[in-house]
This record gives sequence, C-alpha cells and structure tokens, in this order.
Amino acid sequence: MKIIVLEKQVPDSTEISVDKKTGTLIREGVPSITNPDDMAGLEAALQIKDKNPDTEITVMTMGIPKAKGMLEEGIARGADKGVLITDRAFAGADTCATSRTLADAINKVGYDIVFAGRQAIDGDTAQVGPQTAERLGVPQVTYVDEILDVKEDQITVKKSLEDVEQVVTVKLPCLLTFLSDSVYKPRYMNCNDIVDLQKEDKVQVLTNGDLNMDPSLIGLAGSPTSVKRTFTKDVSDKTETFTLSEQETADMIAKTLKEKQIITK
Amino acid sequence: MAKFEEYKDIYVFVEQENGNIAEVGYELISEARKLVATIPAMGYKVVGVLLGNGIKDKAQEVIAHGADKVIVVDDELLKDYSTQFYADALTQLINKYKPDSFLTGATPLGRDLAPRVAARINAGLTADATKIEVDQEEAANGVALLDVTRPTFGGNLFGTIVCKNTRPQMATIRPKVFELAPVDESRTGEVEEFKPTWTTTEPEVFVEKVIEKVKGDVDITKADILVGAGRGAEGCLDLVQQVADELGGVVCCSRAVVEDGYMDKDRQVGQTGKTVRPSLYLACGISGAVQHCAGMDKSDMIISINRDPQAEIFSISNMGFVGDVNKVLPLLVESIKAAKSE
Amino acid sequence: MDFNLTEQQKMMQKLFREVAQNEVKDNAADVDEQERFPKENVEVMRQAKMLGIPFPREYGGAGADYLSYILAVEEISKVCATTGTVLSAHTSLGTWPIAKFGTPEQKEKYLPDLTTGKKIAAFGLTEPNAGTDAAGQQTTAVFDGENYILNGTKIFITNAGEADVYIIFAMTDKSKGNHGISAFIVEKGWEGFTFGLHEKKLGIRGSATRELIFNNVKIPKENLLGQEGKGFKIAMMTLDGGRIGIAAQAVGIAQGAIDEAVVYVKQRKQFGRPIARFQNTQFQLATMQTKVDAARLMVYRAAMAKENGESHTVLAAEAKLIASETAMEVTTKAIQLLGGYGYTRDMPVERMFRDAKITEIYEGTSEVQRMVISGSMLR
Repeated sequence: MKIIVLEKQVPDSTEISVDKKTGTLIREGVPSITNPDDMAGLEAALQIKDKNPDTEITVMTMGIPKAKGMLEEGIARGADKGVLITDRAFAGADTCATSRTLADAINKVGYDIVFAGRQAIDGDTAQVGPQTAERLGVPQVTYVDEILDVKEDQITVKKSLEDVEQVVTVKLPCLLTFLSDSVYKPRYMNCNDIVDLQKEDKVQVLTNGDLNMDPSLIGLAGSPTSVKRTFTKDVSDKTETFTLSEQETADMIAKTLKEKQIITK
Repeated sequence: MAKFEEYKDIYVFVEQENGNIAEVGYELISEARKLVATIPAMGYKVVGVLLGNGIKDKAQEVIAHGADKVIVVDDELLKDYSTQFYADALTQLINKYKPDSFLTGATPLGRDLAPRVAARINAGLTADATKIEVDQEEAANGVALLDVTRPTFGGNLFGTIVCKNTRPQMATIRPKVFELAPVDESRTGEVEEFKPTWTTTEPEVFVEKVIEKVKGDVDITKADILVGAGRGAEGCLDLVQQVADELGGVVCCSRAVVEDGYMDKDRQVGQTGKTVRPSLYLACGISGAVQHCAGMDKSDMIISINRDPQAEIFSISNMGFVGDVNKVLPLLVESIKAAKSE
Repeated sequence: MDFNLTEQQKMMQKLFREVAQNEVKDNAADVDEQERFPKENVEVMRQAKMLGIPFPREYGGAGADYLSYILAVEEISKVCATTGTVLSAHTSLGTWPIAKFGTPEQKEKYLPDLTTGKKIAAFGLTEPNAGTDAAGQQTTAVFDGENYILNGTKIFITNAGEADVYIIFAMTDKSKGNHGISAFIVEKGWEGFTFGLHEKKLGIRGSATRELIFNNVKIPKENLLGQEGKGFKIAMMTLDGGRIGIAAQAVGIAQGAIDEAVVYVKQRKQFGRPIARFQNTQFQLATMQTKVDAARLMVYRAAMAKENGESHTVLAAEAKLIASETAMEVTTKAIQLLGGYGYTRDMPVERMFRDAKITEIYEGTSEVQRMVISGSMLR
C-alpha cells in the first residue's frame, strides 16, 4: 500500500508574539515545526506500516527549499521517502492553487491513500485537505481520530465531530485528514533512520519543470483569493485594574455582579 | 467588471441536522441583512440555501430569521450529511443561481463541504472568518466586493481577504461571531425548490455507526456565565468550580490547563479551542495569551484575577484585579453567597 | 579544525533534546524523590534507538559516531542526571567492551539485545577494597577446565539488578597483579549471582547502585572477554571512553542548571524589577555559561579523538576533570541565583546540585584524573 502524507512547515505559533510598539508579528527566532495535525497523519501511516511493513510512506510538502529538513525528519521517524515541491512559480498560492499543485504531484508519485492534517496552525484554513481530495477526484474523510481497519480496497475510520463520533468506511483511493488531538501521538525520530539519511538522499525535489503546470493555475496567479491587508489586534481601552486586599477584591467582584444582575436572589 | 454581472445576492448555507437548524445559519443571515443594507443601490437579496430531506417546512423559519428567499433542495440522498452528495447538489445550485457571495458556517460540516465545492468551481474561499464588510469604494462601481477578515497565526495576526477575479466569493464564518437578529414570524419571502441531477447515487463513504460522545456533556459555547481557569488556578480548580456553581455558570479553561491534563479539551477556550461569548467571563489565573483571548474577548463583560500586574489579560478586561486566585476565590465564594442573601 | 556539528549530529541532538524536554524532564523530580529506576525513560530511549548509538548496524546499533552518543548523554542529563547515568553506564561501560573486545560469537550473542535496548548492560570493577586502586581486585575466577568459578563482591555498581548483562573483572592469577585480572561477560540469573544492598545516595538517586555478590558462579569459558590477563587493560580502555560520557553528563547537568536559572531570573522580581536586570545576575550567568562552554569543547574534543581512533586517555581525563568541577561550581551558583527557592525541592537546581557531585567521583575521581594527566606530563 502506498500512503502519501502531506506536511506543512509552520512557525511554532505558541512562540509568536506581537511587537507592541510596531504592532507587527515578531517572527524572528521563532522555530519552524511540522504542523501538529500533519504529525498525527504521519503517525497514523507509520502505525499501518508497523503492522504491514510492505507499506510505503512518502512525506510530501510544498514549500521553500529549507522544508526539506522537515521531510527528512519525517523519514527519520520512519517514512520511506520524501517529495519536496518547490519552485518560485508556486509561491503565493492560496489553498485553491496549492491543492492543484499537490494533486498534480500526488498523481505523479502514485498513491492508495493520502493523509493530511486537518488544518495548519499558521493559516488555520483546513481547506487544503478537502480541496486536494476534490482535485484528485477521490472521497475525503475529515476529522479522523483513529483508523480502525485497513483493507486492500477500503479503510474504516472513526471521525470525531463536535457531539458525536462516526465510524465510516471509505473506498480507496481516498484522502483522510487527521487531528493532532487524536489517538496518534507522534513518535520520535530514531537514531538508525537519522544515520541512514546520510547514506542516500531520500528526498525527491519536484519543480514546475517536472510538473509542467499552466502558470495561470499555480502560485499567486492561480489563486482566487488575495490578502488585502494584515493587521494585529488593537487592545481595548475599556480596562481598569485594581490592586486591593483579597477581601476587598472578593467584595468588589460580588458587588459588581450584583449590580449587573448576574447575581440574583 | 462586467464579467460578474450575472452574479447577484448573498447566499447563506443553512446547516441542519434532522431538521434542526444550526444557529450559525441564522447568525449569517442576520449579518447578510446588515451587509445588503450597506449597498441598497445594488438591490441584493439574502438567500438561504437549505439542503436535506423532508425539510421544506423549515423554509419559513429561515425567512423569519431574515432571508428574502430560500432555495430548498429536498432529496433522500441528502437526508444525512455526506460530502459527496451535498457537494454535488451545492455545486449545481451555485452554477445555476450564480450567487455573488456564498457564506457557510465554519462548523465541522461547513469546513468539510465548502472547500470541496470551492475547488470544484475554482472559487476563492476564505476560511473561518470573523468579520465581513462590503468594500464601499468598489460598491460605488457596482461591485459588491467582500472584505473578509480572519485570524491567522493562532490569533496573533488578522488578514483581510478579497476575491477580486472569481465568483462566487465564498467564506466560512465562525459560529457565535455575529449576533442573531430578532425573529420576525410575519416576514414573507419566496421559496424555490431545486432538483439536482445525480450522476451517481452510489455513496463513496458509508457511515457504519454514530456514537454519542460521552465527554461532551457540557457545551461551554452555550453558557451565559463562564469561569475560566488558567495555569495560575491549577492548584484551586475546586474553588473555580465552586465560584461557577454559585454563579450558575460553567467552568472553562486555557490551553495550558488542558495540556497539563487538568481539564478536557472541550472546556478549552481560544484559538485552538472554542470561541465563547458569555455575558460574564471571569478569568482566574489566566495570563491572557493572545491565543486564549481570541476565543473570549467578545464576552460582554470580562473580569480577571491574576497575580501578575503585567498580565495581558488585564488589557482586555473590563475589571482586573491583581491578586492570588488561591486566596481570592475562597473569599469570593463567601462574598457571592452574601450578595445573594442581601 | 571544525567546531560545527555535522548535519547528522545536529539532527541527533534535536531528537535527544525532544526526548529529554518532552519526556524525561517531567518525571525527573519523581525519579529522584522516589529513588526509582526510570524505566519509562529507558523505554522511550529504546524506541528512539538511543541505546546503541555508537555500535555497528550489523549488531543492531545505529552506526553513528561517539560524539552523537556524547550528545545524547548531555541532552538527557540536562533534565535528569539519573537517566544520563543509566544511558552512559549501559552504553560505554557495559556494551562497549563487548563491541571492542568480544569474539564474533560474543558479539552475535549479546550485542543485538543490548544495542536495541532489549537488555541493559552494566560494568563491575569496583570492590570494597579496590576503588581508585582498581588493581587490588579480590574477586577471583578460577578455571576448572570447563568453567571459571567466580567468587567475590562488587560494590557501587550502576544499573545493578536492572541490567541483564554484566562485564565483571576478577583475578585469574593473583601472582601477576594487574596482569592477572581478566574480564568476563556474566548474565543476571546465573546460579550464585545475587544483588546486595541498595545504596542510599546524595544524588542520581534513581540510578540503581547495588552490590553484586558472586558465590561460586559458573562462567562458561566462552564468556571470557578478551584474553586472560587482559582485564585491567580492558577496564582502563573502557573507562577512558566512559569518562567522556561522565564529562558529558556533567556538562549537561551544568547547562540544565543555567537554563533553569535563566528562566527564573527573568521572572523573579526584587526591588521592583526582574533580578535579571541586576549586573550581579548578568555577570554570574556570563561566567557560568563561559565555563560550561569551555568544558563542552573539551568533552567534544575527547569524543572526536576517540571516534578517530586517536589516543584519548589524557583528553578524557581532562574533559572529565574540568566538566565535573564546572558542574559543581555552576550548580552551586545556580542555587545562589534562585536564593531560598533554589534550596527547595520545588526547583530542579537543588537536585542538579546534588547530582553534580557524583561526576567528581565515579569512573575515576578528580584525583585519579589528575594522576592520569600529570602522569602523562611527568613521564
């Protein structure tokens, strides 16, 4: 079975802060990580491979050349190879254009199942998974929490919705999107696979020279959405901060809540 | 931009399950009403789109919430949600009616469906938006271009996204962001049925079983009073619960508290948790990381208690108190009891 | 001369750091408090294939270099010196001698289980009357024509009881002194092999430190490691490598203490501002970090020399000497920066301070290191 795991390199959003003077994001020194939802997808694939060693796992990303390091980390976790889609022509792509490029590369590599993260922590769109499925013309199952059964021509998974969980079976080929708070806690890299990485280059690089896509369908030109402006949040000025004794604090809160009729008799 | 002449009106996908309409659909209709009111010259309508089976009688309810027109797609294949049939039906509907913009709630269903449809018709789709405006300069030229604003980078940065060259302009909108307009049962509107042509009726995905989640018994998004616990309150969560009990509220928390294993994920407020909008948000020992504030800063009133006078939470609070929650909360329980009996 | 880690070493370091910070750190205080062997940490290191880093792939190891192993001990020891001890004793004391001196049959039999972490290894040299003077071995192994019969007691043995495979040194010919010592591979569970007292220690309290008691233990002759009479040389060569591991542990402990202190001084406010703003704090930290970096370079240099097959006895001794003394100094200063809080068990620097002391003692005291270094100078 051939599984392609889609990954995205993202800045660690927990480390991002806003420069209060300029109102811009401080991105300097913020480490890049593999998007957490994608890591769940990789772990799910690796667990299939644990049971069935014939499984071939390809980690794939579209990004800057430096994203190769992320793919290598995926290989050091147990994936077989990587595909890095990188070209200036792909830059500035929104989800609509990104999914076109990914689908093209996925078709080129060949697959039985595509695993993706539900959403990336930088863009938070959750659109690339379903849109790639649409481009591939295969069914999707989003919000996958656990894979229950894998057969040659179908897969059964548990998906997690707000109030319910569904057990669904889908025919292959298909695309699944995973949640980082699923049962799939990513395993660590391991020393053996790190050593093996130095023996041969396991990451294939695809440029648009290889994919040969119509320039009007990729990158900025192929993106129907565009960013008009970005801004950081302005802080409200309605605030009043008190430093009182603990008893005074408690009394003042209770009094306020009574006035606002939140505390009633 | 004559090429968009045939595209008109703001369409809203009205999500329903077993005939129960999700509130977000009405929130979007309420907001769409406000949007069309800013461009009276264009004569735009608010159109509700209702997919399901045996749901025709719900159309009037959608109108009462503010729709001018409802397009109903009533079909057995649409009884339960499936990406496949809903996407097929919606794509055909959009191709036929040519909405200028198409809004969907950013619910699990909406975020499964909208991208699939957008990719099929190569329309621009903005995800998980929290604000929509009509660009008035463009409107003067007869183009109803939507400025759709959404948080990114964990709520640290906001981006305003536009779709200049494609139609419809699609967006998914976060629930609980827009206010519901009052219901007007006497409103009248047009109801039209649309019959999709099925290329296949063979489902690709089979739902074998539906299991009710046991943990999700409390819905913090529906609570009117929330008492939020942060890392600073991890040592006194019982007191946080007592305060909530006294106020008739519900306990929620920051991401740190979930990560430290003290509460379940469904209690988490913030960018990676839930967006809440209670009448009162009492923040106990919450430092106020941007990612948390993004989920609660629209609360009607925010009162916070934190040991650190520099805590970010104070900057978005109506009232902030510098103090140790471990010491304040026991007294607060008593003060609330006293206030009740006064 | 290249002071940069290779890409492979950087990736290894990232892995070790993730394992240390995400897994090992959380239970370090508990391991110390309960004086319990950190089984869960051994398991996560096993999964990350960290228990056979410098050994050949054909025997189940990662096939990486010695410096990669040193980086592992350093990163783990930053957060839990106990776990660093387990890793170090298993790798450089217990497993390495088999990889270096073992017969093909011995390697085949023992290495795969050890390098994959299915089994843990230990090293038994020290005796009640043979510490720094390791030649004074009183444990005996008498050949009866088929087996060696082992009798005696070893003390202060790291991983004792937890390990499955032990490298044991014993006199096979008392008349020859140093040259009468031989090394053996002894398995847990053999008749007559039991474990004695658990030592109650100041630091690395989760590391199992026990007596090994041998009462007529039959060692099959094929478990003689190297030649008869070469035991002392095997022990010393093993310790040359082991010392680099302890030096890395010391660097790790010291860096861990600095990392904790840096976080603390930015938060702690006195006289209306964070104590990080006071020049005393800044200068203390600068001195601490400089000393740790100096020690680290010496540790890496010794590891590189070992990797390259160069003489490293003196380099290892120097590295261990400076690193362990730096660890004592830096952890002491870290506690001072944290003041009263630093003296409590709520803060990890208290544990780090206690853990640091052992690095001046085991695998050769600082005095032994000075003997080795000066010996090479005054030859």
